[in-house]
Amino acid sequence: MPWDNDMSDVKHHLTEALLMSYAAGTLDEGYALVAASHISLCDACRAELQSYEAVGGSLMDDADAVHMSEDALEATMALIDAAPAVRPRVLKSDRVLPGPVQDYVGGDLSDVRWRAVGGGVRQAVLKTGDKSMARLLSIPAGAAMPDHSHGGLELTLVLKGAFRDEDGRFGPGDVEVATEHVHHTPIAEEGEDCICLAVTDAPLRFKGLIPRIAQPFIGI
Amino acid sequence: MLTTYATERPTKHAGGIGYGRRMISVRNETRVDMEEKVAANDNWVAMIGKVRDSKDRAAFAALFQHFAPRVKSFLMKSGASESLADECMQDVMVTLWTKAHLFDASRASASTWVFTIARNKKIDALRKMRRPEPEDLVWGPEAEPDAADVVTLRQESAKLTKAILELPQKQRELIERVYFGELSHSEIAKVTGLPLGTIKSRIRLALERLRHAMG
Repeated sequence: MPWDNDMSDVKHHLTEALLMSYAAGTLDEGYALVAASHISLCDACRAELQSYEAVGGSLMDDADAVHMSEDALEATMALIDAAPAVRPRVLKSDRVLPGPVQDYVGGDLSDVRWRAVGGGVRQAVLKTGDKSMARLLSIPAGAAMPDHSHGGLELTLVLKGAFRDEDGRFGPGDVEVATEHVHHTPIAEEGEDCICLAVTDAPLRFKGLIPRIAQPFIGI
Repeated sequence: MLTTYATERPTKHAGGIGYGRRMISVRNETRVDMEEKVAANDNWVAMIGKVRDSKDRAAFAALFQHFAPRVKSFLMKSGASESLADECMQDVMVTLWTKAHLFDASRASASTWVFTIARNKKIDALRKMRRPEPEDLVWGPEAEPDAADVVTLRQESAKLTKAILELPQKQRELIERVYFGELSHSEIAKVTGLPLGTIKSRIRLALERLRHAMG
C-alpha cells in the first residue's frame, strides 16, 4: 500500500477553520473533497476533526426539546425493517488515490480520463454540484505549473510525487492552502510526475499570455 | 444537578433563524455535572451495543427517546422545516440502527456519533451536494477498542461538553452559528480558544492503537 498513514511525513495540514467547517457540514463540496481526502491520509487532522465533531455533539446534546409526533418511533421502526444492509466502501489495497477521490473518479489512478492542457500538464475535472472547481492535475517531473492566481481560496493536495513552490516542499498527503493574494509557481520534483487534487472556488487566472488565450478552450 | 434551560423555540425572521434570548441569565449559571454526563454516555454506549449485537428494540426505543428530539432540534436550527426535520430525523435514527457496528466508543461519545450522522443527513437534505467522506477506520474482526481508551475518552468528552456549555454566552453563540451553518470557513477565525487539547490527543492515541492493530 503506497500510503503510510503514520503521517509523520505529512507536514502541511488543513487549517482549523477548514476542519471546523467540515465538522459542521458547511464546507463547499470541492473543499470538502480535499478535506475528506487529507483526513483519510492524516491521523493528526482526523483527531482534530473528531474533536470538532465532539463540540457538535455537545451542542446537540444540549439542544432544546422539540415536539415529536406520537407515531415517530413506530414509523422509524417500520423504516428500519425495510432498510437494506449497509455495504462498506471497497477500496483496492494497492491504491494511489484516497477513497473520497476514488468515489469521484469511479476508480483508481488508471481510470482517470486525462486531458492534455499544454506543456505536458494534464488535468481531469471532477464534477462537483456547487460552484467549487475540483480537478486532478498531473505535472511532469521537473516541470512547472503555469503561473497563476485565483479568485478565492485554493487548496492543493498532493497524491503522488511532490512539488515545490514559494511555500516549501509538498509531498504525498500535504495540502497547500493558498489565498487569493498568492501568486505561486509550483514545480514538480525531478524523478516522478506529480499528481495532485486542486480545488478553487473560482476559475484560475494565468499570468502568461498564451495560457490566458487558451484558457477558455481548456477550461482551467 | 442539571440546570433546566429556557426552551424558547427558534424563530424565523427575514435574516435567517434567531434564537431569541434563550441562553441569557440561565446560561451563565449553568454548571454541568461531569459524573452525570459520563454515566449518561456509558448508558447510551451500552444501548448502542445492544442494538449492534442483538437488534434490541427496547434499547433502540430508549436511544430514540433521548436523541430523536435533539436531532430534530439541530436540523430545524440548521434551517430545515419541521416536516423535513422529521423526515431527516427518522433517517438519522435508521442509520444509528444500521451502522451501530461502526460506532467506536474509544474515539467518540454517543452524542458525537449521532451528531455526525445528523450532520451528514443535513448536508444531504439541505445542501443537495455530494458529500465527500473520509475512509473509515473500522475495527477488524479480532481487534476491539482499547478499554483504557474508552474510559479516558468518555472523561475527556464530558470535560469538553462541560467546557462548551459553560462558555461565556457570546462565544457560545458564535460556535452555535458555526454549527448551524451561519458562519463560513473564512469567518471562523473569530472563533478562538476552544478547549480541544486533551480530547484531541486522546483521539489521536486511540487512532494510533487502531493503526497498530490493523497492522
